[in-house]
Amino acid sequence: MASIDIAAIRKAYGSTHVLHGVDLTIKDGEFVVLVGPSGCGKSTLLRMIAGLEDISSGEIRIGGRRVNDLDPKDRDIAMVFQSYALYPHMTVAENMSYSLRLRKTAKDKISTAIAGAGAKLGLGALMERRPKALSGGQRQRVAMGRAIVRAPKAFLFDEPLSNLDARLREQMRGEIKKLHQDLGATSIYVTHDQIEAMTLADRIVAMNAGIVQQVGSPLDLYDRPANLFVAGFMGSPAMNMFAGTYRNSGGAPRVELAEGVAVPVGEGIAAADGAKVTLGIRPEHVVVTRGGGPGIQAFIDLVEPTGFGTILHASAFGSDVKAFSLERGLATRGDTVSVAFPVDRIHLFDHEHGARIG
Amino acid sequence: MRPKRLGFTILHRAAILAYIAFALFPLFWLLKVSITPNDLLYGEGVRMWPSRSTFDHYVFVLEHSDFPLFFRNSLIVSLSTAFIVTALASIAGYALSRFAFRGKFWIVGLMLLTQMFPLVMLIAPIFKILSPLGLTNSLTGLIIVYVAFNVPFATFLMQSFFDGIPKDLEEAAMIDGATRFKAFRQIILPLTLPGIAATLGFVFTAAWSELLFALMLISGVDASTFPVGLLSFVSKFSVDFGQMMAAGVLALIPACLFFFFIQRYLVQGLTAGAVKG
Amino acid sequence: MTEAARAPIGRDRRPFMRRFAIAAEPYLYSAPALILIAAVMLVPLVIGISYAFRNVILLDPFSGGFVGLEHFREMAKDKAFWLALRNTVSWTGWSVLLQFVFGLILALLLDQPFKGRGLAQALCFLPWAVPSFLSGLNWAWMFNPVIGPIPHWLYGLGILPAPDNILADPKLAMWGPIVANVWWGIPFFAITLLAALQAIPRDLYEAAAIDGATPFQRFRSITLPFLAPTIAITVMLRTVWIANFADLIVVMTNGGPADRTQIIASYIFTQAFRRLDFGYASAIAMVLLALLLVYSLLIVLLRQTLLKEA
Repeated sequence: MASIDIAAIRKAYGSTHVLHGVDLTIKDGEFVVLVGPSGCGKSTLLRMIAGLEDISSGEIRIGGRRVNDLDPKDRDIAMVFQSYALYPHMTVAENMSYSLRLRKTAKDKISTAIAGAGAKLGLGALMERRPKALSGGQRQRVAMGRAIVRAPKAFLFDEPLSNLDARLREQMRGEIKKLHQDLGATSIYVTHDQIEAMTLADRIVAMNAGIVQQVGSPLDLYDRPANLFVAGFMGSPAMNMFAGTYRNSGGAPRVELAEGVAVPVGEGIAAADGAKVTLGIRPEHVVVTRGGGPGIQAFIDLVEPTGFGTILHASAFGSDVKAFSLERGLATRGDTVSVAFPVDRIHLFDHEHGARIG
Repeated sequence: MRPKRLGFTILHRAAILAYIAFALFPLFWLLKVSITPNDLLYGEGVRMWPSRSTFDHYVFVLEHSDFPLFFRNSLIVSLSTAFIVTALASIAGYALSRFAFRGKFWIVGLMLLTQMFPLVMLIAPIFKILSPLGLTNSLTGLIIVYVAFNVPFATFLMQSFFDGIPKDLEEAAMIDGATRFKAFRQIILPLTLPGIAATLGFVFTAAWSELLFALMLISGVDASTFPVGLLSFVSKFSVDFGQMMAAGVLALIPACLFFFFIQRYLVQGLTAGAVKG
Repeated sequence: MTEAARAPIGRDRRPFMRRFAIAAEPYLYSAPALILIAAVMLVPLVIGISYAFRNVILLDPFSGGFVGLEHFREMAKDKAFWLALRNTVSWTGWSVLLQFVFGLILALLLDQPFKGRGLAQALCFLPWAVPSFLSGLNWAWMFNPVIGPIPHWLYGLGILPAPDNILADPKLAMWGPIVANVWWGIPFFAITLLAALQAIPRDLYEAAAIDGATPFQRFRSITLPFLAPTIAITVMLRTVWIANFADLIVVMTNGGPADRTQIIASYIFTQAFRRLDFGYASAIAMVLLALLLVYSLLIVLLRQTLLKEA
């Protein structure tokens, strides 16, 4: 196991810049998830750590050792690919033992290692099969097995669950997490799925357009998104966002939205009176009351029951307000309700740059 | 089955049969002439099958002509050419498939360009170059020329086979601890075997059939390949068509056998990659 | 692309030898093929081009002098050359067109699953393995009314007024080599097009069928656009090969009767090996090469536009 240090990493293809200087330190044994929309540079970063892409500038260290000039084979890392990349002409056992055979590991050690990994992943009965004769989930397990037999310095995962159906994905997500708890291996995991990121990560690195947007624990990112991108990307259903104007003169601090609606906000907001801001609130924090309760009057347009709860779409002050409630039958289409945004649940962002201001 | 569907099926099978008949009839005619006795050759020239058949032509060709020698020469030349071309085309095709490099455009352009060269224009200069090296009238010289002429197309062929193999596989191998060359040898090459078979077969047939260079670069019987030998029937035995056709049938056997077995790999391999290019 | 990507933004601290080794790798792999091509094709090509401007007659020790554009002036006045050029266009055009159409039909037929498809495919592709001059000899034989069946069939079908050898008829002679060439070349088109067909995702057809497209509409709106890039490159390669391909004509008609089947490639052959005039032959070959280059560039451009639209 080892720590990984990434310093001022840049990547450019000709004049197209994919990564604009990434700095990141991954502690020994940590599970870090790189998350972001496709094309944000997360996979490129992972492939640079693996040695599959050249580093345009900057430095990567694994276990304190500079690896910029090392071939992938000399970096002592294992990688699980989205396509699994199992060798079609080798059996499961041969797939898993390939790296050990390349290192000329003693035969008995190889068989112990693959037997151990096979048992851990429930592959015992499949050892002599070819990848073609395996299901998607089994292939995924073999890919994981191939990585763990080596006991490498770090595991790299490149969207390993994208090719599985929803049920299997959930199951494998749990298995990966358990495996990490067992092995305690330094892991970097790339995904575009924020739920995978939330559930798996010790720390999440949210990326967009080649720039790291925020680094922090899953709940950190969820509760205190550093900017509009992170606020919008994390969480489902997505956060409500409304454009407004910040006011702190002539009364308590508030944000004026459309149609004369003003929402009180907390103290200590880094904005001047009259500044354009974006107000964000997560659907589950919107308080919906039937009839004429306190808050803003709204009309229910759409009700989406998820079984677990209900998503309500309401129109108020010319915008669509989404609310999530665990309560069933709170409202039906056409109802008039009132919605309220609790002060301590409100996120405020600078309108122009999107940075968090309170 | 619905009537429309049945009608389509009948039409489809009929068309396939028509194609097979068209493809095989000339070969059947070749065979028919080769077993027709000389005295019936013209009298029963138009009949579908002669009233008497004979293997005399074959016996003569095998026992009293230099044909076995030509056959051996052709085999040496074609097999060597096929193996060398496939080896060279594999590594060149791999480079074109897996690397993006500045010279790629020019290499592909050059290889496409070579497909346009009028051969006749090159023969005299090639003869002039090979002659002082003692490579005219030698199988080695012929092999060198065939390799050069077949390498460009074989490279494109191999490139499209490599394109069909996911890049992830060799990346996984390199992370597993293989050098690029090891990944190529242990992972990529075994998966390209069908493509390699197809290329071998393709080049073998081309070399087996080549006439022009064989005619111009070889003058003695010792180094003649069978196409040249076949033409010698015209002069030496006052155009004995029966013997010539018998020799032709014999010469067809290896090429057809080879091709018969590799053609499906050709389709398979091209399916994976060719369309993207 | 990668080359540019390797150009460092900051300072590249990698050892020079390593950078060199990485950059050199693809060249190293293609070097053996390239060296051979250069030695056996490019150098002779340059020498061949130089012949075009010299008076090179084989076995004539006094030849070899520089004659400038003399050969090209001669060519402009050479009626046989212009006839051969016209013949080349019809020989190449008809051969490619028929090979393509029948190759495409065969590929479509073989793309349907049926019992015995593997065998049918192998049999249909077999002509490709037959040496070209042998198929030429064989077809010449089959066109001969004394020993071949074809004239009698054509007469029986009312296509020919009498069972004569079409190879001896100046008006029809060109069809002999064209038929032999089509027979021999259908498999090449069928193989490449079949491969391209099998790469078309099947669900596209199903979606179109559900949308109510007739088979013909499906062919036009799915199959053809998918095949277009392959068609362009295959047609280009075949055109170039066939324009250069003299074997069948030399064997079957030797350019006759009355030069009616003489194409440029066989005319070059005649000039070089019958008259031993390599200078003139090279000059003609240069013109052919130039024409083929222009043609190929046009096709490549056309393909580029097609790919961009797709």
